[in-house]
Amino acid sequence: MTQLSQGASHGASTAAFDASLRYALDSEVALREEPFGALAYNYSNRRLTFLRSVALRELVRSLADFDSAGDAVACSIPEASRPSYLRALAGLAESGMIHAC
Amino acid sequence: MPAERTRLVDQLATGLDAPICLTWELTYGCNLACLHCLSSSGRRDPSELTNAQARGLIDEMADMSVFYVNIGGGEPTIRPDFYDLIAYAVDRKVGVKFSTNGTTMTPERARHIAAMDYVDVQVSLDGVDASTNDALRGAGSYAAARRAMDNLASSGFGDFKISVVVTADNVAQLDEFAEMAASYGATLRLTRLRPSGRGASVWDRLHLSNAQQVTLYHWLAKRPDVLTGDSFFHLSALGDPLPGLNLCGAGRVVCLIDPVGDVYACPFVLHENFKAGNVRDAGGFARVWRHSELFASLREPQAAGACASCGSYDSCQGGCMAAKFFTGLPLDGPDPECVKGRAEPLLSSVVAGTAPSPGPGHSVPVRLGSSRNVGSSRNVGSSRNVGVPA
Repeated sequence: MTQLSQGASHGASTAAFDASLRYALDSEVALREEPFGALAYNYSNRRLTFLRSVALRELVRSLADFDSAGDAVACSIPEASRPSYLRALAGLAESGMIHAC
Repeated sequence: MPAERTRLVDQLATGLDAPICLTWELTYGCNLACLHCLSSSGRRDPSELTNAQARGLIDEMADMSVFYVNIGGGEPTIRPDFYDLIAYAVDRKVGVKFSTNGTTMTPERARHIAAMDYVDVQVSLDGVDASTNDALRGAGSYAAARRAMDNLASSGFGDFKISVVVTADNVAQLDEFAEMAASYGATLRLTRLRPSGRGASVWDRLHLSNAQQVTLYHWLAKRPDVLTGDSFFHLSALGDPLPGLNLCGAGRVVCLIDPVGDVYACPFVLHENFKAGNVRDAGGFARVWRHSELFASLREPQAAGACASCGSYDSCQGGCMAAKFFTGLPLDGPDPECVKGRAEPLLSSVVAGTAPSPGPGHSVPVRLGSSRNVGSSRNVGSSRNVGVPA
């Protein structure tokens, strides 16, 4: 992921990522499919983030269908790759792209 | 990112479906005549997009999921339909970030935009005092910009941007710019002087020395909250990269639509060589962005040329294409402000007068005996503003 925006200040609140909670894309976030994955833009804090794989894009889209982020990762990501995808989700939570719900 | 870790620059070779950083200059008309204007603005062009064409372009941006558009000019707010167009854009979830010299930002207009979602404003200012600023931007422009900032601050707009082109004349004022921004609750944005448009004529005098560039790099490295629009990636050869993509985004992530609908690779190369098409052509903007030959060639990995033997190439990517072009340097070589000093022998071999000319553009012809001040009555389009409460 690349954080393009600096000094975001429109302040979406963020809490530490907890894989046992259910997550969803923030309602102010739009995803645009791109050949490498997707771009995510948060209209409220003006942050733009690269989702640099198709698997991550599909994972993010599926989050709300699972009782927990951990379940979502377990469903679609091979075991060896799960820690890095969980870190990616933690980064998205920190930048206000996804939030617990 | 996980298994598919690929360098972003390689991923961009396939092209994004839409630009990330799309600049749209609404008009060539301007009530100032800044010496470093990238687009050589002054007079409106009779062929500027009509309101219907501009709305059609916004529709297309919305269809392409362009998240936001950077609107500039010229001075965009002097277009009579400026407020109509930005409302039309945000209604379609195309966010607007617009640049203004502040001359039209009355308390009423500041309150009007403060009430809009998805609108960001940046006010241009190139000195912390009138003498520094006005030497570049014209008499009265400092006072006008500060008045605009006062109006934005008291309107409840929140975090506006103060946008500064860093020059040899103001580089010593960075701390004061930061203090000014903090005093308004605003964000400071610094961008690079480029030898584009009228900037070509002041470049030699006003571009930074290498010592000033080193100072700027360390100043920015300590202040990640200062925005740069990825302007200074050529400085990343000095150490850790500055925040941002750190590559030339021309035609890859960036492009410019000018007031007559011509699409250029970036805001700094308004020149025939970098024109990819026109939004009025069949297929519109999407076709230009996705299928123009120029953009396809810019998306290929670029040759390092004379930089191939330099250990810093991965950090700076050879710098800014526009800066090279308008100083007469080869595009596959060092930036004219290469921090390793590699451009100096090349620059000294450029024969005077042979660098490509940006041309007069839409500059207002200089008339002997005329003095132009902010607030003079020169007609640069109607001052009527659609959709703004009186």
